[in-house]
Amino acid sequence: MHRLTLAQLAEGLRQRQFSSEELTKHYLDRIKKLDQHYNSYITVTEESALQQARQADKRLAEGGAPLLCGIPIAHKDIFCTEGVRTSCGSRMLDNFISPYNATVVENLINDGAVMLGKTNMDEFAMGSSNETSYYGPVKNPWDTNCVPGGSSGGSAAAVAAMLAVATTATDTGGSIRQPAALCGVSGLKPTYGRVSRWGMIAFASSLDQAGPIARSAEDLAIMLNSMASFDPKDSTSIDRAVPDYHTHLSTSVKGLRIGVPEEYFGEGLNPATATVIQQALKELESMGASLVNIRLPHTPLAVPAYYVIAPAECSANLSRFDGVRYGHRCDNPTDLEDLYKRSRGEGFGDEVKRRILVGTYALSAGYYDAYYRKAQQVRRLIKQDFMEAFESVDVIMGPTSPSPAFAFGAKGDDPVAMYLEDIFTIATNLAGLPGLSIPAGLVDNKPVGLQMIGNYFDEALLLNAAHQFQLQTDWHQRHPSSLEEEA
Amino acid sequence: MQWETVIGLEVHVQLATKSKIFSGASTAFGATANTQACAIDLALPGTLPVVNAEAIRMATSFGLAINAEIGKKSVFERKNYFYPDLPKGYQVTQLAEPIVGAGHIDIHLNGETKRLRIHHAHLEEDAGKSLHEDFHGMTGIDLNRAGTPLIEIVSEPDMRSAEEAVAYLKKIHSIITYLGISDGDMSQGSMRCDANVSVRPKGQAELGTRTELKNINSFRFVEKAIHTEVERQIDILEDGGKIVQETRLYDAEKNETRSMRSKEVANDYRYFPEPDLLPVILDEAFIDQVRKQLPELPEAKCQRFIEQYQLSDYDANILTANRALADYFENVSTHCKDAKLAANWVMGELSAALNKNDTAIEHSPVSDRQLGELILRIKDNTISGKIAKQVFDALWQGQGEVDQIIKEQGLEQVSDSGAIEAMVDKVIASNPQQVENYRNAPAEKRGKMLGFFVGQIMKISQGKANPQQVNELLLKKL
Repeated sequence: MHRLTLAQLAEGLRQRQFSSEELTKHYLDRIKKLDQHYNSYITVTEESALQQARQADKRLAEGGAPLLCGIPIAHKDIFCTEGVRTSCGSRMLDNFISPYNATVVENLINDGAVMLGKTNMDEFAMGSSNETSYYGPVKNPWDTNCVPGGSSGGSAAAVAAMLAVATTATDTGGSIRQPAALCGVSGLKPTYGRVSRWGMIAFASSLDQAGPIARSAEDLAIMLNSMASFDPKDSTSIDRAVPDYHTHLSTSVKGLRIGVPEEYFGEGLNPATATVIQQALKELESMGASLVNIRLPHTPLAVPAYYVIAPAECSANLSRFDGVRYGHRCDNPTDLEDLYKRSRGEGFGDEVKRRILVGTYALSAGYYDAYYRKAQQVRRLIKQDFMEAFESVDVIMGPTSPSPAFAFGAKGDDPVAMYLEDIFTIATNLAGLPGLSIPAGLVDNKPVGLQMIGNYFDEALLLNAAHQFQLQTDWHQRHPSSLEEEA
Repeated sequence: MQWETVIGLEVHVQLATKSKIFSGASTAFGATANTQACAIDLALPGTLPVVNAEAIRMATSFGLAINAEIGKKSVFERKNYFYPDLPKGYQVTQLAEPIVGAGHIDIHLNGETKRLRIHHAHLEEDAGKSLHEDFHGMTGIDLNRAGTPLIEIVSEPDMRSAEEAVAYLKKIHSIITYLGISDGDMSQGSMRCDANVSVRPKGQAELGTRTELKNINSFRFVEKAIHTEVERQIDILEDGGKIVQETRLYDAEKNETRSMRSKEVANDYRYFPEPDLLPVILDEAFIDQVRKQLPELPEAKCQRFIEQYQLSDYDANILTANRALADYFENVSTHCKDAKLAANWVMGELSAALNKNDTAIEHSPVSDRQLGELILRIKDNTISGKIAKQVFDALWQGQGEVDQIIKEQGLEQVSDSGAIEAMVDKVIASNPQQVENYRNAPAEKRGKMLGFFVGQIMKISQGKANPQQVNELLLKKL
């Protein structure tokens, strides 16, 4: 059962080949048996999952249930889930049971999806390797000596290890696409404002966007149909009709103009990865698309601008974790300052502290103009690059990350090397554009992701192009060899 | 040396919206601690703010009332600091692009009108409250107030005396209550004031070093706190000292100001645009609509009262300082069709009773209709002005309606000429000596002497005899 895609499972449930309860039990058993190797879950909600599955079976029996009804999924532990611990991968929230559901969670509940549990992640979504989680690193199912990418490493690894058919995730600078690429699965970061941020614990408010990770573009489309909605509770949510992404997959890529940015193939890109991407582009060309060389000249400024804006916003967003109302509080505080210092000092890990410090510095009197204001100007230039490019192309493609999964600790001492992991994904977040990553090949038996960047609200176009590619290739159907044997 | 005082005020006004500025929780005052704080007010992880449209409308109406430019685009920012009653660790406020730009108001003091400039007014959220009593060795936090909408009104340093500062504050109070955007109750913190105070040698252009006075929560304390602070500053300067720029707390009990914190240890608030909220964009149509809905404002009403009711500037000013009082007066006046009498009664008997019982005009036990009827009964000679005060007291005590009280307590004026004549005859008969004196007195002295007989008749009639008829009959018979 776990080898079937979401679309196939939905069909199986309708054909009564299995019930949601059986399916859910199967996945729960797999998690119990296998997740010790990957650590992709922080919390498994066995009891409520089975309850939801039985409910879903009733609904399926009545007929007319949504496609997601009875499908076992998992949420990144950044989404608030009522009555369930929502830790955000941090000691700070290890004791936090959310009293409410995120809109994304609510949307999936309404469609009958079954929540298996909450997936592991970099602490407060800050990291590109999942090494910053309070709950220990997630291991890449393709090679457990390697990182799964981050920050949604648990969500990507759970799908790759077939411990959930699809997962929710979030992407602030590449946190959906990069782990999807490193774990050989498909991931989509929608346009900023497409999916509600209500109930999604904020890292950098102007960059955060939720999206799905799944086994195929088609599965992403089914997930996005449920996740996307206008939400009056999120002022940055955009009131625009949500198309049925699932019915927009069959158009041929013939005539599709693919922009290939020179800046995404330069220094820093692993040559073997480059070869894989070039082959994928050739494949698309052979399917009728045309390749157009483009320039995105401000690309080198994206990482520095991001590492001013994201920490600045996070420094304020994380101020609420003060030990006063919920979350970690130090023992026996002697006074208010002691309460703040020790609660936050003990509750946050090093990377979170580093970013709070960087952000606080960038916003402080006398530095604001040089850092924050300048970074916002760069952000406009980057957006302008994309807008100019989209005048002559329909979609932009390139690598998702500069190299395949790296070994644990490989970039541990060098935050900047780690930050460069997101060199190809960050610009999309700064511009608020949708981006997608799908498996496009293997290097040393480790997956490589092809990134597709679309114009605003062109999720349907991206999913369509990705689906067409997946009709012609089988990279998305490859599984780690350990799991092939296990079957 | 002659010193000149320079004052600028920052006034925080709580807006009377039903719900908070960024959440749906109620803003009602006085609820049990933390029962009016929802997930957003508690700053639970993942929560997001949504701007209350009514707060935007109220701030816009204030801007229009002070003739200010309305910010077509205004931007919320985060002001970062840690405090237990500030759940998010930042306050959402406005800085670079406030909703209300530069405006002005006019104050009237000692027969002169002075224009005072307002630098800007911005929208922001209130913090919660820290409770230091009742918790031994600990601090309690009540977040009911957290997220209550405020406008902060920042004046230019245009005031030159504590009296001007109070007049400015009263004008702001008058405008916000006229607009109905706040109850303006300083005792409940609906209106709070910080004063920036400095002194300089008269004639010097450059401003002196200022201090900021906090915790001045009544009109009277504003005046006293400024006087106290000005004296303190002048004493220091005259002794050759220097003023330290700092925040000072006013202690009303001791009538002194004392240092809270100096600028050297002041916070760096690290303002930046609030990414969870989009800029607020107001179009002309919206602003026009708010403008059309503006009520008549104090200045305009005062002018109209002077013209329409022929009131003095002084009376019109007093009656229009408070919208409820002005409305009350107009209703009384309409009812009794005598503006002068209405003004006299509202500013006289009624205001005295309200003051004595510490009652707001809105809660007056004597309604505007009742006072109008009472005046009508004076005018149609049913009762005399003196008896009317007795009826007013009965009304105040809730003893019934005007006519009912007059009837039940037998207070009608006696206008039956036969009955009055009998009383006149009786008084003349029983006071032969006074009658003799009167008749022998020269005409210019008789007026005063007549009073004796009138008094006697009023005594017999218990004040109910029609004074005019009494006078006429006495003159005839004597």
